[in-house]
Amino acid sequence: MSFHDFWDVLVLGAVLGSLYAVIAIGYTLVYGVLQLLNFAHSEVFMVGGFGGVIALTIFVPATDPSGLQSIAYVAVGMLFGAVLGGTVAFFLEKVAYRPLRRRGAPRLVFLITAIGASFFLYNLVGKLFGRNPMPMPSMYENKTVVTIFGSTISVTQALILGSAVVMLVAVDYVVNRTKLGSGIRAVAQDPEVASLMGVNIDKVVSRTFVLGGLMGGVAGFLFGTTNQVFYTMGFLPGITAFAAAVLGGIGNVRGAMLGGLTLGVVEAFTVEVWGDAWRYVGAFAVLVLVLMFRPTGILGERVARTA
Amino acid sequence: MSGPELDKNPGEQGTPLLELSGLRVFYGAIEALKGIDLTVGRGEAVALLGANGAGKSTTLKTVSGMLAPRHGEVRLHGERIDGIASHELVRFGLGHVPEGRRVFARMTVLENLNMGAYRFRRPDPDDLDRVFGLFPRLAERRKQIAGTLSGGEQQMLAIGRALMGKPELLLLDEPSMGLAPLIVEQIFDILREVNEQGTTLLLVEQNASEALQLANRGYVLETGEVVMSGPADTLLADPRIRAAYLGEHVEVD
Repeated sequence: MSFHDFWDVLVLGAVLGSLYAVIAIGYTLVYGVLQLLNFAHSEVFMVGGFGGVIALTIFVPATDPSGLQSIAYVAVGMLFGAVLGGTVAFFLEKVAYRPLRRRGAPRLVFLITAIGASFFLYNLVGKLFGRNPMPMPSMYENKTVVTIFGSTISVTQALILGSAVVMLVAVDYVVNRTKLGSGIRAVAQDPEVASLMGVNIDKVVSRTFVLGGLMGGVAGFLFGTTNQVFYTMGFLPGITAFAAAVLGGIGNVRGAMLGGLTLGVVEAFTVEVWGDAWRYVGAFAVLVLVLMFRPTGILGERVARTA
Repeated sequence: MSGPELDKNPGEQGTPLLELSGLRVFYGAIEALKGIDLTVGRGEAVALLGANGAGKSTTLKTVSGMLAPRHGEVRLHGERIDGIASHELVRFGLGHVPEGRRVFARMTVLENLNMGAYRFRRPDPDDLDRVFGLFPRLAERRKQIAGTLSGGEQQMLAIGRALMGKPELLLLDEPSMGLAPLIVEQIFDILREVNEQGTTLLLVEQNASEALQLANRGYVLETGEVVMSGPADTLLADPRIRAAYLGEHVEVD
């Protein structure tokens, strides 16, 4: 592999990895507050993609847009992705998980519910919008924006990487520097004591889902910009992002970012070196290897919850 | 606060800050509290004594809304508060220092203290100064991760955190548990100061001697019932208390 190819593949991996990182945040935040593996999060991502595409199909005229028009279309796509992702996540928590929490259901019930909710959501979207892929309307001319070490970065790549970085910085700020963030962290560490401090657990849990949903929805739209959206598109990116959250140390926000980027880059290099058939083998081999030596993930720490 | 002002509100003085009446609490089929009656007056320090499983912690948890009574009432300022969720009770001026301290181990000392003021838009800097005045050790370690503090420091942090919520009534569950005698004495000195500054205390303790030296009054619980109550010095002098909780060999009966 030449130096040139190396950079090409690295950029590809970083773009993919930044998307995984954004999705992984949704898994890790929810796991933090509820110790729930929310497998329906992949469907939040999928719905975000559909939200963006449908909004743009309505708004984008046949002629190729450019300039300010392009920016407006991307903004509309992101907005609809975010709003739909956030809305689905909000109702998912309210309808599927909150009744279980009220009744103190065992963890396994939550897990089965998550899987059931996932099936329900993607089949519903398949039923409503058809099982064939929907193409993303063209919002801009996908030309090269910059060239680094002879590798080109396209508009789509720059868009994904740029918005992912903005979202990751923003979520890190929210979690570590805002009142909602301190509520999220307190509930993750000791929900009972958090409520003694005046934290409304239901409210914090709901907002955690929405926060993850907004980001997952935008990620779905961004993923769609690379080609199209389809009703099962959440599955593989969802599983990979979940693996990324585990790799980084589930419950840890920065760990999810690191895990996502790692798996994206590993995936890109695996495809480059061994071919597309090996795409997920490399990433999951890394996951298994890391967990053998660090069962709690790269940045994960097991802090015993005191009785 | 002169005489005439009190006369306008004749009932006010008679209303205790906290009043439990006929409180019965169940864990499933097991009756943990079998009809507790208890009052705490404004500005008082009251101790709840008793062996493990007597229902002391259950009483505190019921007051702070973590458990719901099946029968009976909890009144704060004369208003019924049983049935109100614990996160809402903070607004009624209730602070709870839970058993085992339970600081947020992965947050810094300062973040823990700010959590105590979660009910306010932002923490009151005067309260922070007050807590750091009471516990200079916490001021030195404000950037330290709470999980790395010693047990005594964590207890100080748990008390400081509760004070950040400006509680009128502070519930303390076994503040001396697992701490060296010297630290226990320090913590009780500070609690005395907190009480003198006007915060009412309801204290659950195994360390009956320290608790009764701090408290004005005490209640002794046994298997979910109040078996004895009275002024702290009376209890401290009672041979049964001395035998049961102060480890003295006294002929009883």
